Amino acid sequence: MLEFSILLPAILNGLTIGAIYALIALGLTLIYGVLHIINFAHGSLLMLALYGVFFLHSLFGIDPYLALPVVGIALFGIGYGLQRFVIGHAGHGRDENILLVTLGLSVIIENLALYLWRADTRTIETPYSFETLDFGIAFIAVPKAVAFAGALLVAALLWLLMTRTDLGRAIRALAKERQGAKLVGINVEHIFAMSFGIGCACLGVAACLLLPSFYVSPQVGHAFVLVAFTVVVLGGMGSFVGALLGGLIIGVTESLGGLFFGESLGQLGIFLIFIIVLLFRPTGLLGQKA
Amino acid sequence: MSDSILQLDAVVGGYGKMTILNGTTTSIRRGRITTVIGPNGAGKSTMFKAIFGLLPLRSGRILFEGRDVTGHTPRMMLDAGVCYVPQGRNIFPELSVRHNLELGAVALKDQSGLPDRVAAMLKGFPILAEKADSQASTLSGGQQKLLEVARGLLLDPKLILIDEPSIGLSPLMVQEVFGILKALRGKGVTILLIEQNAKQALQMSDYGLVLELGQTRIEDTAANIRADPRIAQLFLGGGLQPIR
Ligand SMILES: Nc1ncnc2c1ncn2[C@@H]1O[C@H](COP(=O)(O)OP(=O)(O)OP(=O)(O)O)[C@@H](O)[C@H]1O
Ligand SMILES: [Mg+2]
Repeated sequence: MLEFSILLPAILNGLTIGAIYALIALGLTLIYGVLHIINFAHGSLLMLALYGVFFLHSLFGIDPYLALPVVGIALFGIGYGLQRFVIGHAGHGRDENILLVTLGLSVIIENLALYLWRADTRTIETPYSFETLDFGIAFIAVPKAVAFAGALLVAALLWLLMTRTDLGRAIRALAKERQGAKLVGINVEHIFAMSFGIGCACLGVAACLLLPSFYVSPQVGHAFVLVAFTVVVLGGMGSFVGALLGGLIIGVTESLGGLFFGESLGQLGIFLIFIIVLLFRPTGLLGQKA
Repeated sequence: MSDSILQLDAVVGGYGKMTILNGTTTSIRRGRITTVIGPNGAGKSTMFKAIFGLLPLRSGRILFEGRDVTGHTPRMMLDAGVCYVPQGRNIFPELSVRHNLELGAVALKDQSGLPDRVAAMLKGFPILAEKADSQASTLSGGQQKLLEVARGLLLDPKLILIDEPSIGLSPLMVQEVFGILKALRGKGVTILLIEQNAKQALQMSDYGLVLELGQTRIEDTAANIRADPRIAQLFLGGGLQPIR
């Protein structure tokens, strides 16, 4: 039997990465919930954001956490523009086209990154990179603790945005009833693009929180996007709370999986849970019936 | 033509390669109820979508109050004073009745008067007032239709396009809806109505418009249309005899 003193740090570590997963999945599930498309470019956009954070730090010495507003807004702008001027047009309103467009975008972005920045894995060093916080029973690296708190804070802000503002109301209205939204004069193209933009802004925030304890390479998005898809399906497609909960569960599962099966097989547990949940709850933990 | 509020001038449009509106031309009188009838697939609903800016025209023009509104977005049509209540349910089922009404005014530039408008609307629809804070999905079919109408009225439209409001409603509820439309006419609102229940609708209408294959076949007073033997034939199947 494993000691509590080993389990607990693993769980805490799992929660910290889980919060980042949740944030990435929130963006994905928001886009899915409103536009009913799966954004295959999600991982590549996260990678772009990570490079953004990396270069802001290495070229201009800007701290990743201070870069958050810049990168968040930049990703929002990229997302808005992509949806409004590329995906929305090229898709011709057909879901299978839109899937191909986002897939194509991810291939383009990734190869561009490979060409520009090579396949090297890069990290940054901050004064707090190796600091730890003592929680009595476990030590948590400062960047991870910040990532956890930051991700939950942003999730809470996002929730307020969605429930308390006119924009949020318009987004939710559009997600539920496209026809009804058009009838009351909601500018569908604009709100679609806003949703896509906000979904991408989550990636910008995630990148800033992630880089101090992680790395960036042109393929870095893959690992996250696979997990994020799992989280979204696990939590229930389009479900906000589901994505949050799913992210934390997946984070802890991965961490415990690593403990039991070894680092390289940590993700095995994720897919086990995934299959089990889908067997018993095909709509995900908090998903609604179609 | 001063009493005409809406004109369609040789409107052509459809879905993909399919042409549904084949040069539709008509003129709708201000402050009156006009009922559009015609066989299934004649293009009645499509005509409404075209007017409200949900269907791009291939050619032709639409004039509202003498102004060219061809190519306007739904938002612009709302601003101009047109609201559209399509067939079926178009409310937001998960939001409360009050939120649904408030959403009717997202097109309003000045949101300051919103609470008053919503309050006034609830006063005019006591059934909705009773359920103001319940989820809209808990309303009966008829009440949901009323909610849709109320939501449309929030912007004080001059013209209401309403597509088969009576479908699925109890006879009593149909009376209620028709009563509301008549009351609106009393306030000077123009109503353009599509009804399968043509006989009943024509009874309360001032004018009738018979659409077939995307073209106007008859435009006349409601009384004359009710008395027209060709109408009976139209609704017994078969097309109209060629009009000489
Ligand atoms: N979104 C759409 N895409 C493709 N074809 C459509 C669409 N909507 C309607 N149609 C077709 O256009 C034709 C006209 O439809 P429309 O709904 O305007 O008829 P209608 O006169 O309202 O008939 P009904 O009395 O059945 O409501 C029909 O043949 C219909 O199948
Ligand atoms: Mg119809």
